[in-house]
Amino acid sequence: MRTQTSGRSGTGPTLLLTLFLSLAAFAQTGGELHFSIAGDPKTFDPLQVTEENSDTIRSLTNSTLLRMDRKTFELKPELAESWKVSDMGRRIQFKLRSGVRFSDGNPLDAEDVAFTLRQLLDPKAKVPAGDSLRPEKGTTTITVLNPREVALAVPDPVAGLDMLFYEIPILSSRSPLKEKAGLGPFVVSEYKAGNYISLKRNPNYWKKDGQGHALPYLDSVRIDIQQNREIALTRFQRGELQFLSSIDIDSFDRLGVANGAVDAGETFDSEMLWFNQVAAAPIDAYKKAWFRSKEFRRALSEAIQRDDLVKLVYRGRATAAAGPFSPTAKPWANTHLKPHAFDPDGALKLLATVGFKKNGTVLRDGAGNAVEFSVVTNAGNKSRAHMATLIQQDFSRIGIKLNIVTLDMPSLIERISRNFQYEACLLGFSGVALDPNDQLNVWMSSSATHQWNPHQATPETPWEAEIDKLMTEQSSAPDVRKRKALLDRMQEIVWEQVPMIYLVHPHALVAVSPKLGNVAPSVLRPRVFWNIDQLFLQKATLVGQLR
Amino acid sequence: MKLVSRTAQVFLLLVYLVALGAPWIAPAGYADQFRDHAGEPPSARFPLGVDELGRDRLSRLIYGSRVSLVLAPAAALLAVSLAAGIGIAAGVATPLLARTLTLGIDLLLSLPALFLLLIARAMLPLNSGPWSSVLVTFILLGALGWPAAARVICSMSRTLLRSTFMMQARAAGCTTARMMSSQFMPNLRPVIKGQFFLLVPVFILAEANLGILGLGVSEPLPSWGSMLAELTNLSAISQAPWRLAPAVLLLLVVLSFYAATHHKEAIS
Repeated sequence: MRTQTSGRSGTGPTLLLTLFLSLAAFAQTGGELHFSIAGDPKTFDPLQVTEENSDTIRSLTNSTLLRMDRKTFELKPELAESWKVSDMGRRIQFKLRSGVRFSDGNPLDAEDVAFTLRQLLDPKAKVPAGDSLRPEKGTTTITVLNPREVALAVPDPVAGLDMLFYEIPILSSRSPLKEKAGLGPFVVSEYKAGNYISLKRNPNYWKKDGQGHALPYLDSVRIDIQQNREIALTRFQRGELQFLSSIDIDSFDRLGVANGAVDAGETFDSEMLWFNQVAAAPIDAYKKAWFRSKEFRRALSEAIQRDDLVKLVYRGRATAAAGPFSPTAKPWANTHLKPHAFDPDGALKLLATVGFKKNGTVLRDGAGNAVEFSVVTNAGNKSRAHMATLIQQDFSRIGIKLNIVTLDMPSLIERISRNFQYEACLLGFSGVALDPNDQLNVWMSSSATHQWNPHQATPETPWEAEIDKLMTEQSSAPDVRKRKALLDRMQEIVWEQVPMIYLVHPHALVAVSPKLGNVAPSVLRPRVFWNIDQLFLQKATLVGQLR
Repeated sequence: MKLVSRTAQVFLLLVYLVALGAPWIAPAGYADQFRDHAGEPPSARFPLGVDELGRDRLSRLIYGSRVSLVLAPAAALLAVSLAAGIGIAAGVATPLLARTLTLGIDLLLSLPALFLLLIARAMLPLNSGPWSSVLVTFILLGALGWPAAARVICSMSRTLLRSTFMMQARAAGCTTARMMSSQFMPNLRPVIKGQFFLLVPVFILAEANLGILGLGVSEPLPSWGSMLAELTNLSAISQAPWRLAPAVLLLLVVLSFYAATHHKEAIS
């Protein structure tokens, strides 16, 4: 099992732990934390959050029944002091902590949890987080057992039922302004659209540290809305911002590890290349035949030098990918599978088995068509443009001409999701959660985001039918080992059939001021402030602010 | 003055010769990737260093000159021709026609050319190849880049028409054709030329910026514009000043264009 990389790059885990513990021991209260987000939050309603900016506010002002430990990826008790999954994954029961109060002073009880869950289940409310709890057949029931205990029962087993609850904020059933009464460490005190959001300490926050001091340590948080990443980086360098949640490799190198750049390790994100296999796509029939050939896809995967993508594009801050699960997703990644080895000669041999032949510098199919196609990617993404250029050169070695086309995002989405006027696409998948059900929308053949051939009425190939079956089975398998076995098989099929050529899993790169204490960056979002209630500013910063 | 002009002419001739002879002069192909040398500083083998993907910067600068030195001036010529025709017409025409033309220029200035460029990109076949893409880009730049220049030329035309020497020429009995050829055009020519020299670097840089729309030069074809895109990171320049080579060359070429033609203008 691989150990999660954490902390500042180049710093040994022991030293980091020592630093963490020593800072924790001398945690200082007070001060205002400054950081920035890229845009205005689209909503302050914690149940309607669909994007990162709103999620930032939600995670600072709300709390959940369970908490995901960003370092161990284990569920921990939060508002619920204990929980139990039973009836083969059909029922979950929570026991709430006593003495917890919302920011407006109202106490938390089981009625509040039931109220929140009813909101999730209401189809009219269209709460995104409730999708997994709204069954197609049967009904989900919520039972308040007593003021501190509440249970939820679903008609069919749900694998990882408890994993759904670390992202569901609990609302107050009594407060007149429900979105304003939170259980998180902070409350919103001021918002100037396009400018900043100020948050102040929640006086009723329930958590205390090991010495019995009330958390959070910080008095307030100011979040500037700063779209320009260069300006944000400059402000971080000047000490005006205490951290940056995400930086690119150029900024990482510019800043340097000594000045706060931190490589938090491999993310669950993947960068991949896929071919258009939509039967009705307006592209040449002979090209469609190439793209539908398993040997063609596999050969092209073997023609790509993934190590060079890691070395040149990400300067070592990424990992060559073997499949949809990054090695960081330890419980689910099939670690027996390795990335397809770079082997241009082997690729040509494999292509020869399905009629392709290289004449001089040009690869031709059985009918004599020169192998040339285009790859679309989103404009403005330097890493993807660079990867496409390296792949272009790799493909040219086996006689394939690749044309790179960068498009603005709306045009790209139009082509890959609506009119299917493209041949190949290079994009990334953002893995926001650890649970494999997070990827159901990609792997089910009926899904709109089954990118290479979406919206299939019935699976068009036997292997897609098998993946559908495996993903459906694993989504309701209560036994973790059985679930892992099903997912291992699914990853083997993806490795053999190569519907998407997985390229790399980029690392999570962040910047953290040395003045910020108790910080432990994670690959899961929010990467830096997931333990915001325990972060503190060292005295020097406080003095600086007072001046 | 003559020495400066001659020097500029020789420099331009050299730059064009090097650009045209790129396949024989460049030390490497513009797409060749020396991946083990990626990011290296200048050396005897790579006099301007190696870019992030392992490509020889000098070779890419030489090949990039072909795109930038031929297509950017061609697009600028197209834009200035359109601007001169429409600007002069708006400046000297009857009040109604002049107002209509000025309104047209203002309307085009206020419309974002971005949407037209997006439509053009959407219409371009995906497998059109780097050269087709760059050709279409510069034609579009030329066709859409004239209104600002037309405004300046229109304004200058009106000033010239009201000038005392034009009135004296009319009073002396000059025909309209003679006034235009001997008084009006010679005085307007420096303005037109100035607009041309302004547009050449503008178009070279615009081509680099259009990359965000998927227009412009696509990989692996180099251009000065795409190489200038490396200069967005100021701290990287201080660490690797040789990256400034395309900017320095662009500056020298624009100055040389000006010096070479300004002397001729002075003589005429």
